[in-house]
This record gives sequence, C-alpha cells and structure tokens, in this order.
Amino acid sequence: MLAIETKNLTKEFNGLIAVNNISFEVQEGEIFGLLGPNGAGKTTTIKMLATLLNPTKGEAKVWGFDILKQRDEVRSSIGIVFQEPALDNRLTGYENLDFHARLYGLDKETRKKRIEEVLNLVELKDKANVLVINYSGGMQRRLEIARGLMHYPKVLFLDEPTLGLDPQTRHRIWDYILQLNQKEKITIILTTHYMEEADYLCRRVGIIDFGKIVALNTPQNLKNILGGDVITIEAFPPKRAFEILQKLPWVKKIKEHDNFIDLTVDRGENKIPLLMEIDQKEAGFEIKSINLRKPTLEDVFLHFTGKTIRETETSQIEKNKRLRPAHHPPIR
Amino acid sequence: MKSNNLQTIYVMWLREMKRFLRAKSRVIGTLAMPFFFLIAFGFGMGRGFSFPGMPQMNYLNFLVPGIIGMTMLFNSMFAGISVLWDREFGFLKEILVAPVKRFAIVLGRIAGGITTALIQGILILIISILMGFKILNPFGIILAIIFMILIGVGFISFGIAIASMIEDTQGFSLIMQFIIFPIFLLSGAFFPVTNFPGWLRPIVLIDPLTYGVDGLRASLIGFSQFPLILDLTILLIFGLLMVALGSWLFNKTEI
Repeated sequence: MLAIETKNLTKEFNGLIAVNNISFEVQEGEIFGLLGPNGAGKTTTIKMLATLLNPTKGEAKVWGFDILKQRDEVRSSIGIVFQEPALDNRLTGYENLDFHARLYGLDKETRKKRIEEVLNLVELKDKANVLVINYSGGMQRRLEIARGLMHYPKVLFLDEPTLGLDPQTRHRIWDYILQLNQKEKITIILTTHYMEEADYLCRRVGIIDFGKIVALNTPQNLKNILGGDVITIEAFPPKRAFEILQKLPWVKKIKEHDNFIDLTVDRGENKIPLLMEIDQKEAGFEIKSINLRKPTLEDVFLHFTGKTIRETETSQIEKNKRLRPAHHPPIR
Repeated sequence: MKSNNLQTIYVMWLREMKRFLRAKSRVIGTLAMPFFFLIAFGFGMGRGFSFPGMPQMNYLNFLVPGIIGMTMLFNSMFAGISVLWDREFGFLKEILVAPVKRFAIVLGRIAGGITTALIQGILILIISILMGFKILNPFGIILAIIFMILIGVGFISFGIAIASMIEDTQGFSLIMQFIIFPIFLLSGAFFPVTNFPGWLRPIVLIDPLTYGVDGLRASLIGFSQFPLILDLTILLIFGLLMVALGSWLFNKTEI
C-alpha cells in the first residue's frame, strides 16, 4: 500500500513558487527523507500533506485519503513533529500528552496506557510531571516525538527532527526513529538538511532544491550514480603512472589533475591492495600517497544541483533576508 | 462525532483552567487594574460627584458595575487574543492539525475564557461589596452573571476574530490602544453616557459594552439608561454575530 502519493503538488505564496510540481510516492513501512537546504520547500510540502496548507495546484493522498476532501481522515492517520516547538510549556509533559490524547478521542484507559508507553520509549517518565518550560531542547523534541505517536498514527511526519540538537542527542533521536519504524511499524517521512541524517535513517531519499525534486532513490543508488569510490593517487612521474593505471581493468574512470590522479572504482577499499601489488620499479613510477574517498550524499547533491548544500543555504538565507519585510525601523 | 465535539470543548477548557490556576501573577495582575480603579475613582472621585436629578446616587455604586464590565472586557479580549500567543509559541499547530472541528475549538476557548473572566468579575464584585458597594437585591446577582457571560461570549469571540486576522503579537499593543481602551472608555463605565457630547453619541451607542455596563447597573443597583430588554437583546445579537465571525475567521486559519 502507498502511504503517500503526490501528483504535481504545487504551492505558491504571492507569486513565489515554494513547491514546484512535486510528484512522489512513499511505501507503507518506509522511512522516506526529503533532503535539501533551508527554504527548498520541504516544510511547505509537509504542511500541505498534513492539511495545514492548501496546495495551489496538484493533489496528494495520505494513507489513501485526499488531503483536500478527506481532511479529518488524513488528520486521524498522521502524527507530526514540527520543526519549531509546538508544546504548551505551561503544562507538564504528561498534561501535553493527555491533551493530545483527548483531542484525538482516546478513551481513559488507552490514554493512561499509551502515555506510559510513549514516555518509556523516549525515556521521559521521570520528567512527566515537570512543566515543559523547564525541559531542555532535546527533552522537548523527545516529548514531541512521543506526542506524535500517542494516537497510533499510520504515518509520522518529522520536520527537521534533530535541528539545533547536540550530536549526542541527535544520535539518540535517530535511535528512537529507527525503533518506531521497526517496533510500531510506522511509516516515517522526515525532512532534513543533514546529509548524514538522511543517509543513516532513510530507505529512500528525495533531493529537493528550489521546490523541485531533482533526484529520488536509495542513498546507495544515489551515490552509485556518481560511478563509485574515488581513489586519489599522488605519483611520480604522473605521466607514466597515468599510462600504466589506465590499463587496469577495474578502473572505471581516470582523471589527472595537478600531480594527482583520480581513479573511479567500485569498492575502493579492495582496490588499494591491488595498487600496492604493482611493481613500481618495473612500471617506472613511484606512488607517494593514496587517498580513498567514499561518495557522500553531499557529492550527490553537488552532482545534481551544481553546488554544495552549504553554498545553497547561504544564498537562500541571503534571499530570504532580502524578501523579509522589515518589522522594525533601524535604530539610529 | 457529537461526543467528540464535547470532548474537544472540554479539553480546551481544561487546558485554560490549568494554565489559569498556575499563573498566579496573571490573576493578580489582571485583578490589580480594576482594583486600583475602584480605589482611586470610587473613593477619590466619589466625593463631590453628583448626578443631576439623582442626589441619592453614590458614585461607588455607580462605578462598580462599570468596573465589573471592564474586568469582563479585558479578560475576555485577552482570552480570545491568546490565539496569537498559541501561534507565537507554536501550540496552535498542534490544535489545528488535530482531527476535530474548528468550531468546537472556538467553543472550548470561549468556555475557558468565560470561566476565568467570570471568576475575576465575581472577585471584583466581592471586593466591591467589602468596600461598601450596596446591591439592590440578591437576585440581581444572577441577572448580573447572565450579563457578564454575554459580555464574555461576545468579546472572547471578537478577540478570536482579531487574532485570526493578524499575524503576530506585535499587533497586540495596537489592539489594546485602538480597540480595547476606546470600547472601555466610551462604554459609560465611569459616568453616564448622557455626559458625552452629541457627536460622540453614535460611537457610544454602537459600543456593545455600553449595553453590558447598562445591564449590569440595572441588575445590581436598579439604575439604567436603556430598557433591560434592549440591553439583553443587543448583547445577545452581538454575541451570536461575534461567535459566527470568530469561528469563520478561525476556520480559515492556515499556518
């Protein structure tokens, strides 16, 4: 069964296109990631799927329900953890969960049982009766994940689930996400601009830039598009080394730059011993250094958009700054 | 479905109660202003203030229903406008994404706001009685509570309507100065509306709180400038209109 199905989903804000003709499908039980820089349209996509924004054009189904015509059914089927906190910090953790459970119509016994379950899952049981205002950022995020699960959603949306968290907390949250997917069999759609997050968690990743999905596949296949690992060799004399190395049957691509030679190969770690087997005296060149680099999603992003995610981010932030109307006159 | 709506109303009300009972500074803060008004005007200005044709009218007795109306106005508007704070702190998203009717959310907010405003209005009434305010007849209190509820429903919904239209909390001080204060000052809370010059009278007459304060006076001290039934009818119409407007605008809210 398809958990999500979108067709030409488009959202414009005052003539600015935030999401541009996006079409994709997510299978039941999958962890699916939308990877892209800030301002690429990830959050807008999620908000449309969660019925918080109406699309300008196109259509989408969540768990088989139309996001425009069957809003209540969509809302009952999903859980969502927003990018910015959405807790009532004047209530305790327990009360936030209880509020949610009542809003979703859980009966008294289910409420009690489920609150206990989700609090255990995110290890917040001992903090249940503390006001949320006294929680740390990581605890708030965990509470939000717990709340997103309260009503046994079929599909869970996580919008930048680890934004602004320290590395330790980030890894803990990753573990929760994997656990949810495996134990509770929840389909998870997450957005992120962290490459390693998408790589670690997602079965499939859609790379999104300027409101468009530019590539969609498993992280491994996306990386494979780049052709394989890159071994960079520093050799002397480079001309001679190039002649010999290009004849090796397992070299898929060879490129010389400066005094370095780049070899594109499969499973680079197995190829380094083969390089060492070359009789350098007989071949007439000397290898000074070898460096193996596995392609990352960063390289994939670069390949499809012609820039790194960080460059994109700065230019997007600049653009947003210029677009944002000034609320305050400058102080002189 | 119907029980689900009741549950939504209840949970919105419950949340408001919990927040209210915890925010001691808020309770004291909102009670302080009407209390100071009572002291300053009731005692300070009361001496030497006389009503033409009503020599027996004591200014404190005249003032208390106005101050109760003011307490209801401020607390109700704040309760309605608190949608803005929910938006600011993100909690509105949690409410809007839930599979419940938006109308039920609005009703829940009204229920919560009425309860907290009513508690404060009644506290002010008790303080006033301790200060020497004389109630004409104990049954009048029940009628007064009905007026307080009507004022509450109207202005909470009005607050929700405004909060659904503006984007951020920065608009709040504008609302305070250009909406809440004029409504309060022109309602005749401090002096009879007949004291306003003729050119201001139309504004005084479209101010719904004018009828709220007048109705409260009628119930508590037996003095009013309009017929009781007119006060009731106008407040009822105002309340219904505002509930409809507030629900409609809140229903259109996108995040």
